Amino acid sequence: MKTEPGQELEMLQKENSILTASLHRRSFLQYAGAGAAGIALIAAGCKKDHGNDMPPVNGGVTLDFKDDFGVLNYAYALEQLEAAFYIQVASNPPSGFSAIEKQYFQDIQYHEIAHREFFKNALGAAAIGSLAVDFSTINFTDRSSVLNAAKAFEDLGVAAYNGAGVRIKTDAYLVLAGKIVSVEARHAAYIRDLISPGSFSGPDVVDATTGLDQALTPDKVLAAAGKYIKTKVNVINL
Amino acid sequence: MNIVNIIEEIEKVDGEIYERLSPRRSAMKDFYNMGKKVAMAAMPMALGSMFTKAYGQSTPSDVTATLNFALTLEYLEYHFYNHAVVNASAIALSGAALTAITTIRDHEKAHVALLAGALGSAAIPVKAYTDFDYTGKGTFPNVFSDYGTFLAVAQAFEDTGVRAYKGQATVLKGNAVLTTALQIHSVEARHAAHIRYMRAASGVSIKPWISLGPGGSSNDSGVPAADPVYAGENTTSQANINIVGINGNTGITAAAAAECFDEPLAKADVLTIAGLFIK
Repeated sequence: MKTEPGQELEMLQKENSILTASLHRRSFLQYAGAGAAGIALIAAGCKKDHGNDMPPVNGGVTLDFKDDFGVLNYAYALEQLEAAFYIQVASNPPSGFSAIEKQYFQDIQYHEIAHREFFKNALGAAAIGSLAVDFSTINFTDRSSVLNAAKAFEDLGVAAYNGAGVRIKTDAYLVLAGKIVSVEARHAAYIRDLISPGSFSGPDVVDATTGLDQALTPDKVLAAAGKYIKTKVNVINL
Repeated sequence: MNIVNIIEEIEKVDGEIYERLSPRRSAMKDFYNMGKKVAMAAMPMALGSMFTKAYGQSTPSDVTATLNFALTLEYLEYHFYNHAVVNASAIALSGAALTAITTIRDHEKAHVALLAGALGSAAIPVKAYTDFDYTGKGTFPNVFSDYGTFLAVAQAFEDTGVRAYKGQATVLKGNAVLTTALQIHSVEARHAAHIRYMRAASGVSIKPWISLGPGGSSNDSGVPAADPVYAGENTTSQANINIVGINGNTGITAAAAAECFDEPLAKADVLTIAGLFIK
């Protein structure tokens, strides 16, 4: 999403007016969350996004890794990102997609929505708000651009769940993470095969000597995902 | 050298490894330096000795049992693929298909080396091709002479492997070995998706992910003998949350709800399945 200098100024003024209104921090966050949810819907439904609709994002969301809720919210954040991406792809697939590819991207879309909604319900009041996404680096009309973004999301998701497993203290949550990560790995393999047949577990993700997939810590994952997330994601107790 | 990277990764994700290693920090440093010098082929063994040093006699017996259980499955897979690669022409395996099966074979070989190395003297005896009966006691007589049967059995092995590792996650909870197990688990899932992709390319109606079978049944493989491999995979509720149509998302059908979560399988059930192929 490109913003004109004038729009940026308008945003700054908007943010400034919010700050000077001496809102309680809590209500400010609620405002930010509501705005983020709104923009996420706009981003999902309308490709021609408007910079001046941007919500204030300097409050952001906080992932507190002190307990399992932090890990689950981390997963919830990643699933929000994936779901938003696939909703956009499935609702308006690139012209280069075959019929079966369209169907499978719709399948994947529903898988990711289901993961997102599952975490939302499981977390209940502990759930973080909706993240605003930034897919301006992805050309949704181009098959190759979409596939490469999908590959990045899926491989990153696999590495994220693999790296987060040891942080989970509750048996049921650990098993649930396991139930999801293998589905993400199936997505990753399928998408990689579409890009380059036979690259389902290429040496860039599966070490040829050890046969092990990637495992990344949350800070690395969030750094890699950062360019797709507009909302500020604060990490504590990592 | 990526094994050094793995140790670094384990250090990053498992805070407890520092505590485990603290009396032996110098030993760890020695190992780390050695890792940069040792030949690649020796690395899995060296990694094994590191694990032994790190966890030593404090390795819970159930963790050892789980790793040996995993090792058994990896031997089963490795010899299956290795025999196929060595006898490729008999199965009409060639080109991209042979390349893919070779890649999978190499990963399974690496998993065997890694697990056997990690277990050290606690590892089960080495298993040879002759220890297995890949016809499943006559269930799949043409497994090494028919491409379709070979892939069907491969799919059953991979999907079972995914379920088996998932089923052991809680045993390894909080242990650095869990990360390694998860890193194998997702590779098996990648393999499973590709084998399914290969079957689809040869005309079988199958998705890369485990969907519903006929009439909402759990077995989508088209192979009735594989029913135990897929038992429970048609689950559409997770942690008492119904996934079908969740929060008004009517597009999430029973099939999508079943597809989006893979299910674990208990060790006893996996051993029953694997037992069909072990002499």
